[in-house]
Amino acid sequence: MSQWIEVCATDDIDDEDVMRFDHRGQTFAIYHSPDNKFYATDGLCTHEKVHLADGLVMDNIIECPKHNGRFDYRNGVAKGAPVCVNLKTYPVKVEAGKVLINTGA
Amino acid sequence: MTEASMVIVGGGKAGARAAVAFRENAWKGPVTLISDETLAPYDRPPLSKAAITDDAEPQPTYLLDEGMMASLEVNFLRGAAATAIYREAKTLALADGKRIPYDRLLIATGAEPRQLLLAGSERALLLRDIADAVRIRNEFSEGRNIAIIGGGFIGLELASSAAKRGCRVTVIEAQPRILMRGVPAEIATRIAARHAEAGVTILVGASIAHIGPDKIVLSDGREIAADIIIAGIGAAPRFKLAEQSGLAIENGIACNTYLQTSDPHVFAIGDCCSFPHPIFGNERLRLEAWRNASDQAIVAVENMLGGQRQYEAVPWFWSDQYELNLQIAGLPHLGASVVKRVPKDDALILCHVSAEGRLMGASGIGQGNSIARDVRLLEMLIGKKATPDAAQLADPSFPLKSLLKS
Repeated sequence: MSQWIEVCATDDIDDEDVMRFDHRGQTFAIYHSPDNKFYATDGLCTHEKVHLADGLVMDNIIECPKHNGRFDYRNGVAKGAPVCVNLKTYPVKVEAGKVLINTGA
Repeated sequence: MTEASMVIVGGGKAGARAAVAFRENAWKGPVTLISDETLAPYDRPPLSKAAITDDAEPQPTYLLDEGMMASLEVNFLRGAAATAIYREAKTLALADGKRIPYDRLLIATGAEPRQLLLAGSERALLLRDIADAVRIRNEFSEGRNIAIIGGGFIGLELASSAAKRGCRVTVIEAQPRILMRGVPAEIATRIAARHAEAGVTILVGASIAHIGPDKIVLSDGREIAADIIIAGIGAAPRFKLAEQSGLAIENGIACNTYLQTSDPHVFAIGDCCSFPHPIFGNERLRLEAWRNASDQAIVAVENMLGGQRQYEAVPWFWSDQYELNLQIAGLPHLGASVVKRVPKDDALILCHVSAEGRLMGASGIGQGNSIARDVRLLEMLIGKKATPDAAQLADPSFPLKSLLKS
């Protein structure tokens, strides 16, 4: 039984930025892309478990704050060393000015 | 005729990254990686930190394991010392008598800790490889007196790790303050205060008279109890192989901006080499930094395969002590003035600006990753030779990212 969980208002995250969202012991990173879409991934880098929300969003890429591992946050794909394991992504929808994610839990 | 072959000497971060880069660049020919260590390439930054503080016996964090090397078809020669480069024959000689022909050779031999030259200094442990880290860790039991000679990054990271393990720690620094080389005084002061809070004694301007069996005696007569002594007094580039084969040396193996040595078939990367930096007026640098090792590998490999790319990544490094993270980007010493940016109460970033208003460096300290994003953006601005407005740099609510797009 998966449920949609409200994360924040759409204007809580700037364009081309990221926010950390913790829910039931899990941590997520929620992204607002330059073309005004929202995405969600696991919150921790697959390399050394660092919070990606402290990192930098450039276009469709999130860069880990620790070792500059890069992922395309739209599909979670790792963009080369030092990261080689993709990020898990989660469905996101926007309803009535709110961002919701489906963690599958 | 034999197939053209790419040979890498040195199995650290730089060499390992280069091995991968050959395949990323679609090189189909042989790649040989020669390491004087017996383990596959592993990451060194944890050796002064997690390897010491974690409860579990430290395990190497492999950069390239056997499976990856097999799938990349990297021919890995372990425990192998390269003894000579026969440059006319384009052949590398190993200590066991093997001869390895190369089409292009990449030297990534790194740096090694400087030895202390004092009576009794054979007692001083050094930290370079994982065996050193295991040995040091096993000595760091609660209540022991640890004396660390040298208040640089290795010494201070080990002091932080020793304090976490409940040791009584003294850091002995000859200079008037810790981190004299490359870290602004204001940031070094914060780090020193954090060490003091953890109970670590830092003695600056201290010269050592002699080392006894259980203590260190300073020139002014003070005695420091020392069950264990560690020396962290800097690293020396390893270039004997290059020097003996007649390659130009200039504070390391001298490279041009393409990371090519004085022999066009031989390249060098990482801690062992020096190179002119195009965005800093071709100032010749030698960097002992994790990211530099990796970034140089990517550029050198492209050039070894016929590319013409200058290496112009902005220098960047970090240090973790306690919960503090220090980062330096660019070359702070080229700044004429400092603009302070305070992104959070307990975080501080100094922007080092030249007389002409160009951003030359950024140094920051904060808890966890609190300064990471701003320093990364400042690093990119340094790379663009930006001349940002001082008021905008100083305003923590001003988004630095907007300057990159202008």
